[in-house]
Amino acid sequence: MSTSEPILRVANLVKHFQVGGGLFGGPAATVKAVDGVSFEIQRGETLGLVGESGCGKTTTGRCILRLETPTSGEVVFEGRDMAKLSDAELRGVRRRMQVIFQDPYSSLNPRMTVGQIIAEPLAVHRIVPDRAARAARVQDLLRHAGLLPAMARRYPHELSGGQRQRVGIARALAMEPSLIVCDEPVSALDVSIQAQIINLLEELQAEFGLTYLFVAHDLSVVRHISDRVAVMYLGKVMEITDRKSLYQDPQHPYTKALLSAVPIPDPAVEAGREHVVLGGEVPSPLNPPSGCVFHPRCPIAVAECRTIVPELREIKPGHQAACIRL
Amino acid sequence: MEVLLDVRRLRTHFHTSAGVIRAVDGVSWDVRKGETVALVGESGCGKSVSALSVMRLVSAPAGRIVDGEIGFKGRNLLALTEEEMRQVRGREIGMVFQEPMTSLNPVLTIGRQLTETVETHLGMTASQSHARAVELLSLVGIPDGARRLRQFPHQFSGGMRQRIMIAMALACNPSLVLADEPTTALDVTIQAQILELMKSLSRRLGAAIMMITHNLGVVARYADRVNVMYAGKIVERATAREIYANPRHPYTLGLLRSVPRLDEPRRSRLQPIPGQPPDLSRLPGGCSFAPRCAYAIDRCREEEPPLAPVVGEHLSACWLANELPTLTPAPVAT
Repeated sequence: MSTSEPILRVANLVKHFQVGGGLFGGPAATVKAVDGVSFEIQRGETLGLVGESGCGKTTTGRCILRLETPTSGEVVFEGRDMAKLSDAELRGVRRRMQVIFQDPYSSLNPRMTVGQIIAEPLAVHRIVPDRAARAARVQDLLRHAGLLPAMARRYPHELSGGQRQRVGIARALAMEPSLIVCDEPVSALDVSIQAQIINLLEELQAEFGLTYLFVAHDLSVVRHISDRVAVMYLGKVMEITDRKSLYQDPQHPYTKALLSAVPIPDPAVEAGREHVVLGGEVPSPLNPPSGCVFHPRCPIAVAECRTIVPELREIKPGHQAACIRL
Repeated sequence: MEVLLDVRRLRTHFHTSAGVIRAVDGVSWDVRKGETVALVGESGCGKSVSALSVMRLVSAPAGRIVDGEIGFKGRNLLALTEEEMRQVRGREIGMVFQEPMTSLNPVLTIGRQLTETVETHLGMTASQSHARAVELLSLVGIPDGARRLRQFPHQFSGGMRQRIMIAMALACNPSLVLADEPTTALDVTIQAQILELMKSLSRRLGAAIMMITHNLGVVARYADRVNVMYAGKIVERATAREIYANPRHPYTLGLLRSVPRLDEPRRSRLQPIPGQPPDLSRLPGGCSFAPRCAYAIDRCREEEPPLAPVVGEHLSACWLANELPTLTPAPVAT
């Protein structure tokens, strides 16, 4: 799998937002939401993108989907550089790249029935131009997402959170995509429902050969679903490797702290665990620390960490981390 | 240990156009001095309404406490006048909510919000209350308190705001703090900081904590005893160790099995609980969990199981609680 051409290649992706400086704003400032992110995803695999709020994981996903225009850097999807496409070409490529959002309620039009929501992209993109065939296709998609055909007549407010997320999944599937960006797809759901949706995503991946970029903050869920995992902090990738390596042998001090902070649902295990509680808070991306962005909170930082920006480099075969202390 | 808060047969109902929603439907639980008790369950199970009922903050006229007793330090809180109840809220029972931004007043400095509590309840003078506010901020790990007291909530990060909420809850040295999802809105490294802070402060100050959460990991790390709620009722209660090692209600078992765990080998598939929580205005007869239960027998659908002892202080509301560990679940479609 690793020798073939990746389905998605992100190289030195940068997204800066200008804030302030407007009519009412104070002095202009730059939020470095994504600051030089690179990774590849192979066809059929799931890359987990984890990090805390404001680390740039969602913006990275939005830049890939071209919902945001990157400041610089390359996004190459199925061999084509997204920045060089015309609007018409971009529409064609977008079909192949879909998204599932965190909040299934605000991402579904409340005035449309479930059937209309799923049928709309089929009509707009002329995937199924015939009306009767479209209705049949909607039924088929609902079934794939684990919903009853009768659901097509319902409105989003009549559905539970888990059912709404299934509608969001059916809508994404309607486009016959090869890559789906899943942006926190289960964080708004109750735990008993989360597992249903995760199982569904895995079944669909196997059935349709889908590739996922799975953006989430829950490290246990990411471990379950991902083949490889990238850990982000303040706009940068701190560590990236396969699932097993990351969870069994984390290298970066930030990854270690993150894993230690996740409570395990078993008091007997918890009692014997060492808890590394990180001091301080995530600094503002408006004014990120110099050198390594993690140094103010890092338990092993030395003087050089304040000046040297660590490169993401191979620590072990297939295991990259950005830390000068390794 | 001495019982501090004793909730008995509490029923809180909401009258809506869709019918009567029995959010809390006859639950009994207690909190002993200095311990941390968790109330666990998913959205809509009635855990937050239970806490609001204790504080008598259920929104009228739709919501009403229709039955029960809430014993606190020898008094029934439900029998107090509104004036007497105000003396309890914030003074004897502190409260920490999920969203610190929406529970703090955005147009008042945090200094004013902290001093108001102690001036109202403890009759402190302005200079006394100012000193107390600075002391409280340093207690919850906010340095440079004198300067920060002049700032407004929006000038603090989410984690810092939650520290301020904790400072407010502890301002009058309450014997009990009700914490409703105190770390749900926070990042995992900040969640760890806040929970460690609450744990160490409750030990130092001897305050008991009633923690309301959906996060089984948080419960495992911090709670002494656990109550599991489903559809307005408590379905299982035991010490934290016992409930995780030896769950005796299929819902608890389902919750524990449905979450992936970092300390265990990765499973190829998760085991979700099928279906979804019931509509509280249209509960099925018998056990509310029966439609989703892999162990359900005919009796479950006809007769509601009472919360009854399994061993010692371990209670379960399931007809099959005693034989549960030996049963094989029926295969269910997911």
